Amino acid sequence: MNGAETMKRTETMLLNLGPSHPSTHGVLRVLLELDGELILRADPDIGYLHRGIEKMCENRTYHKCMPLMNRLDYLAGEVNNFGFCLAVEKLLDVEVPKRAQYIRVMLVELTRIASHLFWLGTHGHDLGAMTPLFYAFREREKIMDLCEMVSGARMFPLYCRIGGLAGDLPEGFIPAAWDFVKTFPEKHQDYHNLLTKNRIWIERTKGVGVMTPDEVLDWGWSGPMARGSGVNWDLRRDNPYSSYEDFDFVVPLGRNGDTYDRYLVRMEEMLQANRIVRQVLERLPDLPGDVKVQDPRVSLPPKDAVYNDIAGLINHFKLIQEGITPPKGEVYQCIEAPKGEMGFYVVSDGSPQPFRLKIRGPSFINLSAMDKLSRGRLLADAIALIGTMDIVLADVDR
Amino acid sequence: MNKAAELLQEKFPEEVVEVAEFRGETTITVKPGRIVDICKALRDANETSFRYLSMIAGMDYLPQSPRFGVVYSLYSHRNHNRVTLKTLLPDEGGPVIDSVVPVWATANWHEREAYDLLGIRFRGHPDLRRILMPEDWVGHPLRKDYPLRGK
Repeated sequence: MNGAETMKRTETMLLNLGPSHPSTHGVLRVLLELDGELILRADPDIGYLHRGIEKMCENRTYHKCMPLMNRLDYLAGEVNNFGFCLAVEKLLDVEVPKRAQYIRVMLVELTRIASHLFWLGTHGHDLGAMTPLFYAFREREKIMDLCEMVSGARMFPLYCRIGGLAGDLPEGFIPAAWDFVKTFPEKHQDYHNLLTKNRIWIERTKGVGVMTPDEVLDWGWSGPMARGSGVNWDLRRDNPYSSYEDFDFVVPLGRNGDTYDRYLVRMEEMLQANRIVRQVLERLPDLPGDVKVQDPRVSLPPKDAVYNDIAGLINHFKLIQEGITPPKGEVYQCIEAPKGEMGFYVVSDGSPQPFRLKIRGPSFINLSAMDKLSRGRLLADAIALIGTMDIVLADVDR
Repeated sequence: MNKAAELLQEKFPEEVVEVAEFRGETTITVKPGRIVDICKALRDANETSFRYLSMIAGMDYLPQSPRFGVVYSLYSHRNHNRVTLKTLLPDEGGPVIDSVVPVWATANWHEREAYDLLGIRFRGHPDLRRILMPEDWVGHPLRKDYPLRGK
């Protein structure tokens, strides 16, 4: 540009945001066509983390698919596992014991809080608020510790198994969980104090990335992204699975469908998830019993039977060597993951491997509306938009 | 019987091949020719109101014939129910079907993914490019005859 007289619109500029940029939450490249600071077109280029999980699953037994499921949305690893287990259990037509269902719900809701905390920290950080990150990670660390208690792993507990859980809760878990549940609402207030009435935060998020309820349905948005626009839909309430109908919780809704409302929705969801965990903890003592379905086709026999009983040994050997063999058929099971509808379409041909496994990752669908959201907005808004979509690239690319 | 199946059998009796129930889920197999009309009818009719497309899964049924198929999972926020539409694509001339992007905008990336990984072409898609694999990739990795590793 060589002077004010040439400042009129001449040509547009292409800008690469990413693939390695702190605000893209992983390896995402967004090709932006800019007119000055104005975004004319945004084309997300994904696939950097494509590991071919669907293809890999077609070649391994159902149990061996489980560690891969963890690595879809790795910020909420256990939720993916849970969804996959539900899908295979539907295929097998088995129902896991009530105690296992409750423990699963508790773990999934804790994971939801952890995932939302991560979103809160990074979203705030992207928009220039450094402190929420430290506060959010303080509580997230406690949830990671709880995950470590049940399984030894922090990010990928792999605690859900097809047919139930890996084992019952370890000693000391219940008091630690109670400790978290009781203190969390107070800590949650800290985040509100930092952001909710913060002038800069409001300026950066209000009116940015508005979606109407009709557009939400058209673009296939789900979870907090849909509820931020006032779409009253929560799979936990409307199509309950794993005993969610037993619990009392409110589905928070936004009004304006902008980034700020989605922020409020997710904030409230954390408290509601905490409420569900509390209800599970209150009811668990009245629910003794197994955490695994007693079905030799699905669950491994107890170790005692494997060592002392030929039938138990054969059963163990067959399950490990062959795997479980669901009947021929196809099911679609979806769950309310922290980021939206996480779906598993499993097709079985009666063999020990899934014939086809299609994973409907919520991040993939939410990101597809990036172009629609950012047209006509400023470049700085693109950062807010990536943050509000709460994408995990491992879930986008699978 | 399922409302969606009733509707399709009334409006498109020629197109419906099979209605199956499994584990409480309804799967309607239809012919691929009028898929856009069928989807529009399911979306707009009051009693079905499937305004939300959950997913599109491209399928490779090798060694079966017809080999390729497309599966649509639809959800209705009004009735809180779900239906699966399934269609098999004729083998002649490569797998191709009309795009449902005019019906649901979200179909865009789902169809790009099915094109990328399985080589199913969607007629009338606004932007049918590869999405997960690099642009210059040869082959479609989710096909059953694509090797798991190496060439």
